Amino acid sequence: MSNAILEIKNLHASVDGHEILKGINLTVNRGEIHGIMGPNGSGKSTLAQVLARREAFIVTQGEILFNGKNLLDLKPEEAAAEGLFMAFQYPIEVPGINNAYFIRSAVNAIRKYRGEEELDAMDFLPMFKERMKVLDVDERFLNRAVNEGFSGGEKKRNEILQMMMLEPKLAILDETDSGLDIDALRIVSHGVNSMRSPDRSFVVVTHYQRLLDYIIPHFVHVLVDGRIVKSGGKELALELEEKGYGWVEEEAPLAR
Amino acid sequence: MIATKEGLQSYLEAFEQFEKTAAGREFPWLRKLRQDGFARFWDLGFPTLRNEDWRFTSLAPLTTNSFALAQPASVSMAQIEPLLPPGVERRIVFVNGRFSPELSRGGVFDDSKVTLISLKKAIASHPDLLQRHLARYEQTEREAFTALNTAFVDDGAFVQIKRGAVIEQPLYILYVSTGQSAQMVHPRNLIVAEEHTQAHIVEDYVSLNSGACFSNVVTELVAGEDSVLSHYLVEREDTNAINVSTLRLQQYRNANVDSHSILVGGALVRNNVHPVLAGEGADCLINGLFVGNGRQHLDNYMLVEHASPHCNSRQFYNGILDGHSHGVFHGRIIVHKDAQKTDAKQTNRNLLLSDDAQIDTKPQLEIYADDVKCTHGATIGQIAEEALFYMRSRGVPEGQARRLLLFAFASECLDRMRPGPVRNWLEKMVPEWLPKGRSI
Repeated sequence: MSNAILEIKNLHASVDGHEILKGINLTVNRGEIHGIMGPNGSGKSTLAQVLARREAFIVTQGEILFNGKNLLDLKPEEAAAEGLFMAFQYPIEVPGINNAYFIRSAVNAIRKYRGEEELDAMDFLPMFKERMKVLDVDERFLNRAVNEGFSGGEKKRNEILQMMMLEPKLAILDETDSGLDIDALRIVSHGVNSMRSPDRSFVVVTHYQRLLDYIIPHFVHVLVDGRIVKSGGKELALELEEKGYGWVEEEAPLAR
Repeated sequence: MIATKEGLQSYLEAFEQFEKTAAGREFPWLRKLRQDGFARFWDLGFPTLRNEDWRFTSLAPLTTNSFALAQPASVSMAQIEPLLPPGVERRIVFVNGRFSPELSRGGVFDDSKVTLISLKKAIASHPDLLQRHLARYEQTEREAFTALNTAFVDDGAFVQIKRGAVIEQPLYILYVSTGQSAQMVHPRNLIVAEEHTQAHIVEDYVSLNSGACFSNVVTELVAGEDSVLSHYLVEREDTNAINVSTLRLQQYRNANVDSHSILVGGALVRNNVHPVLAGEGADCLINGLFVGNGRQHLDNYMLVEHASPHCNSRQFYNGILDGHSHGVFHGRIIVHKDAQKTDAKQTNRNLLLSDDAQIDTKPQLEIYADDVKCTHGATIGQIAEEALFYMRSRGVPEGQARRLLLFAFASECLDRMRPGPVRNWLEKMVPEWLPKGRSI
């Protein structure tokens, strides 16, 4: 088995005929945390959406291998069952379906896909409540409709809660920090850090360096205009914070 | 007019034959009721598309085909057993409109709290009560289907909840149609709930075969002062059946009535719900779910009359339409002059699952009092693709995600029912009744 969980090769993708990603190359090995930073409109979220198999994003060139499989051949539910998770930047409301029931359905769908036995409510609830505690989530979360009427912070916590229940091999956090106050940011980061393991990788997409103070990455990549223009260690995030994106944007032509 | 009458010929023949042998023809009041009913029907004819209350629903199948009164048929316990809601013991069963003592075994009652017997029997045993209530509420004068039903008054369920009685066990009324084409039935139910009573009553319509038979039901429910009642209508006949059902609720002071309709069967279905809030402080909930597929036509016509002050009415109907089905929701609210402090609400939500499915939704408010609160709203939408994607991204397969979303939508209706065996049963059954076709 290759040590890479994710290999992105020369990825081009467009939305509504506009090319947003213009040749991304990125390899994420098992157990690694990669930060992806970049100015607004650089293609960070597009990259996350493509990985989550959102249909509106058309891949025009290149390939993505996830755990050795061609990700572009997998339906979103298959990718999830194979161990891919995305924490949405804007989590979606699912009216009428309560949170606990939804997450249990997801856990069981994935277990079924893997040929494992499904969990009944008695097995599921204690696990769920334990993780709710880590995220300091109110018990009412159990029975509320998924994300309906949740505050921004509650929605983000709910994403991390789902991640903790689904135990993915690779989690993509798409601007999970946006709109969070410092307390919520600490709690969410604590949730993520509690999941770190040699078998689990993370791609943390963020505009600000702040989140990477709490979820410390092995690598940081800077995305500008649909390409990775600079890669480095965690200190690159600090440098960006100090110098601003203008610095890499100026350097970018050289990187091409 | 002559053309219309021509379409009515088979009804005339059926009536002439019926009159000669009908039970209770020795009672002059009953004979007159039937004759007046038929005369009125003959004058009115079936409504056409020009009638504002029927503009979305063609009744051509009722005049281009002839119908004869359904023949008795024998149905075994084994045939109906799988249909029965679990844990419901008090039941009265009708086969092709006729009371079946065998299938109702142990279900019918006549004790100090409740009477649940056939109308035919009640005509003989409770003549005064029947004379006082039967056909006193629903407008035979205006409504052709009520007039036609009244002409053929013969059998149905008679329920009397006696003063102060609290009946925990649901009373279950099952109409089994053997489903022969060109046959018709006109069941008539009379439910009299006296003061301070509490009960749950279920009317369930099923068919055993797939003929184009015609059921024309009228149920009059009298809710006495301070009564708390839940009425459930389940229409799950074969998708060739024609079913017109009229529920007339007469609510006296502080009477609290829930009407729940679940329509999943029938080719041509018209569901009339007509509460009259006649006493101060009366409250009604009119709650429904209609699920159409294929070429089903499901028409819901609500007529909520506020006739007294301080009454509340809430209407919630959810429609799910797939295939080439056509749904109608016509919600009419009339607030009479004296009905001050009326609070009337109406919401109709619809999901269209295919390009060929259709919904017509129409609110109609007529307000003659000046201190009232009336609101209405309707929505038509599709399954939210965003929510679907979100669920799939968590590993839930597409088909299952669609079914969960549909059931959540349908559950809005189930959640408004009081907890108990009927709701439990429907919560189990409704997922089975939701569309499972290619688009799902």
